[in-house]
Amino acid sequence: MIEFEAPKPIAQQSVALTTVAENMMRPVSRYFDEHEHEIPWDYINFMHLAMRSTGAGSLAPKESKKSGDEPKKDRPPIGYQSLAFMLETLAWGDVGMYLVTPGGGLGAAAVEATGTPEQKQKFLARFAAERPTFGAMAMTEPGAGSDTSAIRTTAVLDKRTNEWILNGEKIFVTAGHKSLCESNGFVVVWATIDPTAGRAGMRPFVVEAGTPGVQVTKLEHKMGIRASDTASICMQDARLPFENILGSSSVEEATTKGFKGAMATFDATRPLVAATGLGVARASLELLKELLAQQGVTIRYGLPRQKLTSIERDVIDMEVMLRSAWLLIIKAVWMADNRKHNPLEASMSKVRAGDVVTKITQKAVEIMGPLGYTRDSLLEKWFRDAKITDIYEGTGQINRLIVARNILGYTGRDLR
Amino acid sequence: MYAFEPTEEQKMLVETINRYASTGLRAKAHEADEAAELPGSLIEKGWELGYLQASIPEVYGGFGERSVVTGALAAEELAWGDLAGALAVMAPGLFATPLLLAGTEEQKVRYIPPVIEAEWQPYTAALLEPFFDFDPNELHSQAVEVDGGYTLSGEKSFVPYAAEAEAMIVYANLGGKTQGFIVPRDTPGLEIGGRQKLMGVNALPLYKVMLKEARIPLENRLGGVDGHDFSPILDAARIAISAMAVGISRAALEYSRDYAKEREVFGVKVAQKQAIAFMLAEMATEIEAIRLLTWEAAWMLDNGKEDASKNAYLAFTGAMDMAMMVTDRAVQILGGHGYIREHPVEMWMRNARGIATFTGLVIV
Repeated sequence: MIEFEAPKPIAQQSVALTTVAENMMRPVSRYFDEHEHEIPWDYINFMHLAMRSTGAGSLAPKESKKSGDEPKKDRPPIGYQSLAFMLETLAWGDVGMYLVTPGGGLGAAAVEATGTPEQKQKFLARFAAERPTFGAMAMTEPGAGSDTSAIRTTAVLDKRTNEWILNGEKIFVTAGHKSLCESNGFVVVWATIDPTAGRAGMRPFVVEAGTPGVQVTKLEHKMGIRASDTASICMQDARLPFENILGSSSVEEATTKGFKGAMATFDATRPLVAATGLGVARASLELLKELLAQQGVTIRYGLPRQKLTSIERDVIDMEVMLRSAWLLIIKAVWMADNRKHNPLEASMSKVRAGDVVTKITQKAVEIMGPLGYTRDSLLEKWFRDAKITDIYEGTGQINRLIVARNILGYTGRDLR
Repeated sequence: MYAFEPTEEQKMLVETINRYASTGLRAKAHEADEAAELPGSLIEKGWELGYLQASIPEVYGGFGERSVVTGALAAEELAWGDLAGALAVMAPGLFATPLLLAGTEEQKVRYIPPVIEAEWQPYTAALLEPFFDFDPNELHSQAVEVDGGYTLSGEKSFVPYAAEAEAMIVYANLGGKTQGFIVPRDTPGLEIGGRQKLMGVNALPLYKVMLKEARIPLENRLGGVDGHDFSPILDAARIAISAMAVGISRAALEYSRDYAKEREVFGVKVAQKQAIAFMLAEMATEIEAIRLLTWEAAWMLDNGKEDASKNAYLAFTGAMDMAMMVTDRAVQILGGHGYIREHPVEMWMRNARGIATFTGLVIV
C-alpha cells in the first residue's frame, strides 16, 4: 500500500507537543539565545516529568516489551515515525532547547544499537531516575571531524585490573556538559583499541559521569542553538570497567563491525536530526506567511508561475522544499520501523533537509528585509539555528558521498 | 498509517509497463523523435496493457476502479520509456477520464464505452492556449450560452491527435469558470490547424485548434446543464504530468550514472570524481523527494483530503523544476556526448522543458 496518513497516536502526541512548544519554549526562546550556557531548567524538569514514564527522550524507540506476548498484527511499529514527529514539533518550538531535552539522546541511541541486553539494562535505567538525566555521543576530535578514521583517542586494556584506560580529547559533544556535570548521565566515547587497525579498531565506550580523569574543558560559543551545550571533553588515564565497551573487545574478530555499529546508529538518527531542522524551517515559513499576511500579502496557490509575484514564487517553492524533505524523512523512519535497510534513504533525507532548511530560513529573513534581520523577531534566530542541520550528524557533503556510493554501488575505496 | 510499498497488483502493473517501456517505447524513442512519428503498433501495444481500461468501472466498459496513485505509478513508468509515447498511449484518457470524473450518467454511458472497449483510438482534449499567461482556471476561450446550447470561441494549442480524433473535450471559460464541452469531430466552427513543430516530444502529433463560434448542444456540456467542478480534472492532470516528470528524470539519472561508471578520466571512472558523484546524489535525492510529493498528493486525491488540490499544485511546481535540473545535469555528465543526438539525454532535456507547459496533455 501507498499511504500518507499519520497514525492516530502520533496525531494525538503532536497536539500535546505543540502545546509544550508554544507555552514552554517559544516564550523563552529569545532569552536562552541571548543568555548562552544558561540552562532552561523549567523546560527540562517539565519534560523529564512528562516523559519519565514513557521513556521518550532517547533517539531509539523502546523495543516491544515481553517476547512472550503475541505481537498485534494490525499495528505495525511506529516508534521512529513517532520520534520524527516529536522532534520536529519540539524543534518548531526551539531547536536549541529541544537539544537539552533530558533522556539518552544520541548516547542512549548508541547503546540501543550496539549494546548487549545486560548493557542496556545497566546504562539505560538511569534515564527513568527522579532527576533529569542526559546522554551524549562523542566522536569528533580536534583533528578528526567527518574523517572518523583519524580518531586518536585510545583505549588500552589494563589486564591486571581488567579496566579500559582512555586517553584523548573530544570536541563538539552536544549535551556533553549536562551528561557529565549536571546529571548522572554518560557520554558514549569513540576510541581506538588498535591505532594500526584504522576503523576496525574503533569502539564505543560508555564513559559515565564521575569517572576520574574525565573533564569537561570548554563550552563552545556558537552561531545558533545556543541553549544547547557543546562541550570539549578531556580524558587523561580515565579508567572504565571492562563491560563499558559496546561491542566486541577483540580487533581480530571484529573487522570494521565496531565502526559499522556507529554507522547503523546514524541510519536511525540522521532522519531524526533532519526532522529537527525541518521543525525550524516550518516555524520560519509559518511566521513568514503570517507577517506577509499582516502586510496584506496572501499567497495565491494554483496559479501558473508566470502570473505569480516574486514573493509568491518564493513561498510556494519553500513549501515544495519543506514538504518533500519531510516526506523523505518519513520514508526513512518508516523503513527503520519496519527493519528495512535504509542508509540511502537516511542520508537522502539528511542531504535534502540540510539544503532546504538553510534556504528556507535565509529566504524568510531576506523577504522580510529589516523585519527579518532584526532580533525583535525570531526569523534571524531560526536562520542561525537552522544552519547546524547541514553540519552535525554528517555534513551535507558526507551524506552526499553516502548517497552517491549507494546509487553507484561503490565502496568507500571506489569513491573517496 | 504511512506506507511506501505499492500493492502486489500495482507492482505487477508497473513491471508489465516497465517491460513495454523498455523494449517498446525506449527502444523506438530515438527513431520516433527523428521521424516525428510513432509506429501505430507501438501505441496499440501500450494500450493493450490496459491501464486506462483498469481505471474505468465495468458499467462503462472497463474492469476496475480509478486510483490516482496507481495512475501516477503507471505514468512514471511509461514516461521512463519515452514521454511522447507515454502521452500517445494515454491520450484516450484525456477524453474518458474527465467524463468519468465529471460527466452525467448519460454522458458516461454514451461516450466512455466506445473509447474503452475498442482498440486504441485518437480521442483527446483541448485545454492549452497560446498565451504566455495561460491559466487553466482563467481561459481566454469563451463559452457563451445561446438558445438551446453554447457557442465556443477561441484558440487552443498542443492538442494531441486533434486532426484524427473522433471527439474531444474542449475547455472554455463560461462566466469565469472553466467548463468542459464534448465536441464531436464534424462540429461546425471547429477548425483543426496544422501540426505543431516543437522543441521536444516530436513524435507526438499536436495541433492547433480554432473555435469559431462552434455550436455545442446543451447536452454536450460536461456534467449537464449545471456543469462541473474543474478542479478534480486539473488536479489529476497535474499529478499525471508530475509523475511523468519523475519518470523522465529517473531515466536520465540511470543513463548518466551508467555512463559515468563506464567512462574513464584521469585514470579513474568519471563517477569516482566527487564533482560528478555529488551531482548524481543530488539528482537521486530530488527525484525521490518529488516522487513522494506526487504520491502524497495522489493519495490525498484518492481519499478526498482537504488540501489535495494545493498539494497537487505543489507537486507539479516541484516536478517541473526537478525534471529540468536532473535532465540538464544528465547532459552535463555526458559532456560533449550528452549534446549528441545518439545519446537520449539531450532529448530528455528537451522533453523535460515541456513539463511546465504540458498541463492538460495527460490525465490519470
